[in-house]
Amino acid sequence: MKMTIKLSLLALACLAAPATFAQKSAVESIEEYRAMLADGNPAELFEAKGEDLWKQKRGSKKASLEQCDLGKGPGVIKGVFVELPRYFADTKKVQDLESRLLTCMDTLQGFNPVEIAKTPFGKGEQVNMTALATWISAESKGMKFNISQAHGQEKTFYDVGKRLFFQRAGPHDFSCASCHGQDKTRIRLQDLPNLTKNPGDGIGFAAWPAYRVSSGEMWGMQQRLNDCYRQQRFPYPGFASDAITALSVYLGVNSQGSVSIAPALKR
Amino acid sequence: MKKQYKFTLSLLAVAAVIAGCASVPGPVDLDKLTADIVKASFRDEGIVKASVLETDETNRACSAADVAGTPLDDETASRLQAVNLKSIQWPSDGKFIGDWQEGEKLAQSGRGLTYSDDASTPNGGNCYNCHQIDKKEISFGTIGPSLYNYGKLRGISDDPNSAASRAIIEYTWGKIWNAKAYNACSNMPRAGHMKIMTEAQVRHLVALLVDPKSAVNQ
Repeated sequence: MKMTIKLSLLALACLAAPATFAQKSAVESIEEYRAMLADGNPAELFEAKGEDLWKQKRGSKKASLEQCDLGKGPGVIKGVFVELPRYFADTKKVQDLESRLLTCMDTLQGFNPVEIAKTPFGKGEQVNMTALATWISAESKGMKFNISQAHGQEKTFYDVGKRLFFQRAGPHDFSCASCHGQDKTRIRLQDLPNLTKNPGDGIGFAAWPAYRVSSGEMWGMQQRLNDCYRQQRFPYPGFASDAITALSVYLGVNSQGSVSIAPALKR
Repeated sequence: MKKQYKFTLSLLAVAAVIAGCASVPGPVDLDKLTADIVKASFRDEGIVKASVLETDETNRACSAADVAGTPLDDETASRLQAVNLKSIQWPSDGKFIGDWQEGEKLAQSGRGLTYSDDASTPNGGNCYNCHQIDKKEISFGTIGPSLYNYGKLRGISDDPNSAASRAIIEYTWGKIWNAKAYNACSNMPRAGHMKIMTEAQVRHLVALLVDPKSAVNQ
């Protein structure tokens, strides 16, 4: 698989080379390249691993996650992804998929959630977290986002998320909106979705978790938003922190009705 | 063995807001709650301290205007622009124009000041991320306006140091040093003001835009 990707990258380089027709053709080439890869999205490997992990007896309690309630009752997987983040009565919190999984790994399996939250992405239990999120998202592929705003905290988190989205700070004065607040803009050649409104099916919130070809990594939404903040020159947003959840609520509710294509394939 | 989540504090804050108000929390409560959540959620990492989120009045006013969906009122905008204009450091030796080729290198780089950079990573100017500049570079962003032919279009011909070109060259320096001096809520970073670029680097960037020999003006 690695070989295929490398070869395709070469192909992309060749496609992008005739520079005279510049932007549009380069963007189209990237789209073609993605379509070429979509037949064998490496995310499938993570899906298989995630499904396996869900059933495995692990942690100090030697238990599986099969009794985990992701919002539609213990053990229900289908359709939960497109309804997250949501309020959970047992934790009295709004949680996204990954922070909810963290709760289940704590309560059902006996993992230490603080330790997992401190673990860097791509290491230790975070690898398993991403695999679980990938599989669970895949079980809602093609479904439309339907994120609740019925509970007071869900509404509050939307409003907080909106404030976070427009928060200008750091040495560059960047906010999320600096790049994602207008229609039809680019950073270099990369098209930027306007995330202040519904960006459409499979765009933005509706595209993560995703396999990133450029880095050869599978990323969940927590990591995606963390990396946005990194590029914004912000400090490190804690894994499963309220800031990331609130921002997810804002993006998710804005994507209401759009089709999830997760796990997607990204450049 | 109750495990303490980092966000317990902010959770309490949410609970307090919801319990305290019969209806939906108003904007003031939400601003306070957001500040509390930010404080509980972000931490120092590498070269980036959490304190970089404690920003100035300009950013706070523009963020609030963005949330409200209405631009700053004229009076506030003018006042903030005046504050930013006053902070601009003009070239200590009176020389505005450096080496445009050095400017091009700085314009190309988008590196520096992220939590995964180390302190020795040279800062880039990030210019091509948002602007077209030299026409030969096809990989440019579109958040800012095209700067191709910047000097030429503004009538800067053979001698950029001439009296006739003085005003536009001062503006160019000022805009790069502190973009908010001319548009309070501009998306453009304040390269000099926030110490992203040094005085010498700003000089090179000005040269890239105004020097008649620069690739930008061909």
